[in-house]
Amino acid sequence: MGRTLAEKVWDDHVVRRAEGEPDLLYIDLHLLHEVTSPQAFDGLRKSGRQVRRLDLTIATEDHNTPTLDIDKPIADPVSRVQLETLRKNAADFGVRLHSLGDVEQGVVHVVGPQLGLTQPGTTVVCGDSHTSTHGAFGALAFGIGTSQVEHVLATQTLPLARPKTMAITVEGDELPDGVSAKDLILAIITKIGTGGGQGYILEYRGPAIEKLSMEARMTICNMSIEAGARAGMIAPDETTFDYIKGRDHAPEGEDWDAAVAYWKTLKTDEDAVFDAEVVIKAEELAPFVTWGTNPGQGAPLTANVPDPASYEDASERHAAEKALEYMGLEAGQALRDIKVDTVFVGSCTNGRIEDLRAAAAIVEGRKIADGVRMLVVPGSARVGLQAVSEGLDKVFKEAGAEWRHAGCSMCLGMNPDQLAPGERSASTSNRNFEGRQGKGGRTHLVSPQVAAATAVLGHLASPADLSEADARTPAGV
Amino acid sequence: MEAFTTHTGRAVPLRRSNVDTDQIIPAHWLKKVTRDGFEDGLFEAWRKDPEFILNKEEREGATVLVAGPDFGTGSSREHAVWALQNYGFKAVISSRFADIFRGNSLKNGLLTVVLDQKVVDALWELADADPTAEITVDLQERQVRAEGITADFELDENARWRLLNGLDDISITLQNEPDIAAYESGRPAYKPRTVQV
Repeated sequence: MGRTLAEKVWDDHVVRRAEGEPDLLYIDLHLLHEVTSPQAFDGLRKSGRQVRRLDLTIATEDHNTPTLDIDKPIADPVSRVQLETLRKNAADFGVRLHSLGDVEQGVVHVVGPQLGLTQPGTTVVCGDSHTSTHGAFGALAFGIGTSQVEHVLATQTLPLARPKTMAITVEGDELPDGVSAKDLILAIITKIGTGGGQGYILEYRGPAIEKLSMEARMTICNMSIEAGARAGMIAPDETTFDYIKGRDHAPEGEDWDAAVAYWKTLKTDEDAVFDAEVVIKAEELAPFVTWGTNPGQGAPLTANVPDPASYEDASERHAAEKALEYMGLEAGQALRDIKVDTVFVGSCTNGRIEDLRAAAAIVEGRKIADGVRMLVVPGSARVGLQAVSEGLDKVFKEAGAEWRHAGCSMCLGMNPDQLAPGERSASTSNRNFEGRQGKGGRTHLVSPQVAAATAVLGHLASPADLSEADARTPAGV
Repeated sequence: MEAFTTHTGRAVPLRRSNVDTDQIIPAHWLKKVTRDGFEDGLFEAWRKDPEFILNKEEREGATVLVAGPDFGTGSSREHAVWALQNYGFKAVISSRFADIFRGNSLKNGLLTVVLDQKVVDALWELADADPTAEITVDLQERQVRAEGITADFELDENARWRLLNGLDDISITLQNEPDIAAYESGRPAYKPRTVQV
């Protein structure tokens, strides 16, 4: 019987398989950052162990790093200690580290692909649940806890039970105009729920997926974890190979040819059987936003805030009631009427160059609405440089947005970029959990396009709404 | 890792679904570089409400958390497990756990038990009606017992064996060093390397 993409990559990494035991899986690439690694290095020290494969390990600083005044000492002493701890651990053990200020620094899931380290058919792990991002290359990539970080540092392997496989088949030739990868993944999560992918590796497939850029594919795979799946994958193709070719760590010469020959085998066989399949019709998709406090609580932008009473399941009803209370929303309210204080464009979900271009194209020649703060944070220092070379920073600044340095920024409350209690954001990040962007903050997850239109109009909006608003207001008035 | 065989304690009925790891331990606590001292961060935002279940006097010293479905979703932070353990919890019962949280819990000796939602409902009712009611989580028998409730649970034999004996995963893996070395010798040359060594 044929095998799925996930099964092929899994099988190629089995170091040891024995009855009644989890498979021992080899790890090709281990990404580290400051938050989930200190206790792992401590563990190595206590047991007198070394890092087994320094050549398969790389670290960067992202979660704690400020996005302003990066040449000054980090103001928060606790954050400073955590970053200094990573620097000491990297120096003591010999791990390659890209610190704040380094041109290769950035969000760990932006850095790996841009260096060409993320490649098809590899296993990639990191102490961060959004490691699923790298699955966009046909890699098997998943987040791990700190005990597993220590395990990989010491052994370059992990004992794991093989997950089941689920196909997410997107029917239709392409995504409709005005619909982005972010809208697609938010719609998928709302459809299958935050636990729908639990125990599965997802494979996104179909002609509409094949037409997407690597950036868009990364956005989709990134949020697989929000559907409960540890990993999401997309079969590698010419788009993937073109993206990798010529990057710092891409194979060269004969190695390139051998690699591509292998990569081309990484497709789900015609006769392979998935354990589950979900079908999404591309034509039914539209710009999508979340209204609640988990990423599965979403709806098309044209919809209204749902009535909790409409949920048959008691647990879902209760969750919706709690969510509306926390979010300060009324059932039946039009999503488009929701006013925001802050717009955040960035993160491992939507902090890549294509995302910044999409947002810039919408704010260009326009002004951010009064009373709205818009933060634009490139996913990595290199993405920032690229954006500057294209003049995107100027576009954002002229519109009234703040152009910042690379980092996780407002995706999570670990650095100075946070929402104040009660503040409401439209955010291109991945989680709308209570307090995720700062204590008491209220988050609506959106695409870069919706984020930009929302910044201009001051309420949740799509670029199409902007054209209508432009038509009502003649130029120069 | 601390071994887990059987545990009996009072319960905290947490009637919420989708309790994500940001609720279990907010991000600002993740700046700590130790595995301890997270108890005050556990459910930090919710504990500001005096009516929150954990703040009730009768729940003091309870060691078994009985939660709604999809417990531990979101971030991979192992700090969520440490926070529960630092606070005093020995076991968590839910009808569904997020994968990464579950893996982290079992590597730290916090037993996560999957039971049918009907059993969870029964445990909630029992714990609400009688805060002194005790729940026994028996890993040897793979069974949860409380007054009027007996429910078997599943846990794969390998994970159970590691927990019962408190075994360190890394030591077990390193016994397979020849297999790892053999695999490494066969890795293709085109695989990426972060540094030349």
